[in-house]
Amino acid sequence: MPLELLKEKCSNAIDVVEIGATASEGGSRDRVVKVGGQTGLPFLFEEMDAPNKPQVAIEIFDTEPADWPDTLKEPYGEALKNPVDWAIKCEKEFKADLLALRLSAIHPDSGNKSADEAVKLIRDVLSAVKIPLIIIGCNDEAKDNLVLPKIAEAAKGERCLIGDALQKNYKTLTAACLAYGHNIIAESPIDINIAKQLNILISEMGFAVNRIVINPTVGALGYGLEYAYSIMERARLAALGGDRILSQAFICFVGQEAWRAKEAKTTAKECPEWGNELERGILWETVTASAFLQAGADILIMRHPKAIELIKKNIEELMKR
Amino acid sequence: MALSGLDIYKLLPKTNCRKCGFPTCLAFAMQLAKKAVDLSKCPEITKEARAALESSAQPPIKLITVGVGETKLEIGNENVLFRHEEKFFHPAGIGIILEDNLSENELVSRVNQINRLHFERIGQTISVNLIAIKQTGNDKGKFINAVKKVSELTKLSLVLYSSDAESIKSSLEIVSLRKPLIYAADKNNYKELAKIAKEFTCPLAIKEDNLEKLSELSQLVSSEGADGLILDSGDKPLNKKIWDLTQIRRLALRKNYRPFGYPTIAIVRKRETYEQIIEACIYVLKYAGIVLLEGFSPQQILPLLTLRQNIYTDPQKPLQVEPKAYPIGQVSVNSPVLITTNFSLTYYTVLSELEASKVPSYLVSIDTEGMSVLTAWAAEKFTPEKISESLNKFEITGKVNHKQIVIPGYVAVMSGDLEEKSGFKVIVGPKEAAGIPSFLRNL
Repeated sequence: MPLELLKEKCSNAIDVVEIGATASEGGSRDRVVKVGGQTGLPFLFEEMDAPNKPQVAIEIFDTEPADWPDTLKEPYGEALKNPVDWAIKCEKEFKADLLALRLSAIHPDSGNKSADEAVKLIRDVLSAVKIPLIIIGCNDEAKDNLVLPKIAEAAKGERCLIGDALQKNYKTLTAACLAYGHNIIAESPIDINIAKQLNILISEMGFAVNRIVINPTVGALGYGLEYAYSIMERARLAALGGDRILSQAFICFVGQEAWRAKEAKTTAKECPEWGNELERGILWETVTASAFLQAGADILIMRHPKAIELIKKNIEELMKR
Repeated sequence: MALSGLDIYKLLPKTNCRKCGFPTCLAFAMQLAKKAVDLSKCPEITKEARAALESSAQPPIKLITVGVGETKLEIGNENVLFRHEEKFFHPAGIGIILEDNLSENELVSRVNQINRLHFERIGQTISVNLIAIKQTGNDKGKFINAVKKVSELTKLSLVLYSSDAESIKSSLEIVSLRKPLIYAADKNNYKELAKIAKEFTCPLAIKEDNLEKLSELSQLVSSEGADGLILDSGDKPLNKKIWDLTQIRRLALRKNYRPFGYPTIAIVRKRETYEQIIEACIYVLKYAGIVLLEGFSPQQILPLLTLRQNIYTDPQKPLQVEPKAYPIGQVSVNSPVLITTNFSLTYYTVLSELEASKVPSYLVSIDTEGMSVLTAWAAEKFTPEKISESLNKFEITGKVNHKQIVIPGYVAVMSGDLEEKSGFKVIVGPKEAAGIPSFLRNL
């Protein structure tokens, strides 16, 4: 029985999304980060091409995070207290290619910072660092609808990625991203049909589908990872089979989920049989990220610098032809 | 891959001789496809057609067993490339490699640590399955001693990791009853190793550096009569390895390609603490039947075993616990009553926080058909009616002398309705289970 390999050719490619704009394009970033463009399932280079590698964005906050374990706080130190210092540290020390700034302190229940304060912060961060920016709201719909359009205006021309648009709350953000030339994150609750529906709704407002990035809502290792893993595989197979309305890049909020897991936070003193908490926490985030890379993730939002370093190295190796 | 009646018909003599008891070859073929008759009823069938039909009746990936008794590992017999198509059936075996040049003290200490690598997660025990003893030099005696020592110290299944047929044979004379995996036959030693595997009825791994050669070796080894095979496509960069594992699985499932109709094994080559776990995880995700690595610290193994548990969960059937009122700790008539769903992940997350709080409580798991709090609420499986009904059914009023229940923070919106329907005073608990200990302390 001679061997005949079984190669699969796909009829469609994933959309390429560009984040950040350089001076020549009307922005002030020092690079444009591109993701997407794959013509097959992840890393099967014998039968597909992937012109752009998956990217890692470091997640920072507008206020010092209250629920981070010491193992996660330690590498950032004092910078956690000041978002601008934090952003600079990510760019200079941790060589971030992309920054994800979460505006958690605008939430009415935790800080209730004003739109003006948020706009000032975005301006400060944009002038302090040169890497492209992802901006995330606070998950309070009313407040996000108030603040994010002003942020989008303040960052006009920078071609940020802003989120999240939801099925029940997408119009304000879509209009703002459309008006000021940004990309948008469309969030669906581990549901391929809602992901598709939301893409249709957003594109019906005149928004180009290739500027949408899908947030499939991932779970951490041990906490529902497999649901998102399979939803992403299904969506990717549909996209590669020709479904243009599901052909967008994926963004996965890995750090946020992984560092909520008990296994990432519990110290070895509390639970000796689980071993060293620093290595365990880093691995919890790394393994979560690594799994989603295999399911087709294009942008990973991560927290621990060591986990980020490991995943970047893994991506280089996986992309090597 | 099952053949259709027409596929089978093409392989039959097409003489309509009726000796099988059916009027035509086509009718016989249809019955064969339904597995209603045996192929032996056809006296005219050619040898080639028989071989083709028999192989199509076998599972596309053979089930292989390593070890014996309750710790035995069964791998293979998989049906799909993507878990959403059905599910992955036989979780990959995770094994730790021990080299035979370790001092006896070190060997004993490591085996004891490996024996402890089992963890409780969402009601299941997840553990390491194998210990591989690797021959590092030419000293056959050293290898055999290490095999003997390890076999005495562990119940885990064993892998004899050596290319020397004599070392394998001598160690099998000691541990053959444990049915260890022989790793691995290559083009130089396959005749001897196939003979040994057959003689001791042990599974045999075969290794070649590329898929063509692996396919040839697989056919050579089966023609020597060894049929319990596990395939290794050699050491190579990660993406090449993913390609190989994907091809082997695809060809077995989609083409019923017999030389690849066996489970696979992947050896982790990285040594660095974190990187070897990333490599091992990729192999678990991408179809490997067995993954062997050197790292064995609990902080490395827990994430790896957890990933395997996730990926081998049945996507159609969320893990559930029995709906009932569970007493947690030394409960009394004053203990608080907390409500949650019967989705295992939710239940065990809440349970572990309740235990950590050291406040004896009743945890009432409502039958939400395995859905989590918000999903069940949205799907109307976690409603005031359902909760009231369950409180009656589980006779909560007979267990405590108060009329208060705590509901998850995410479903605060149902409080009023639930108070009305159940007659209990509803207290809204935290949104995340992590908030339970401090919530209970302030209750």
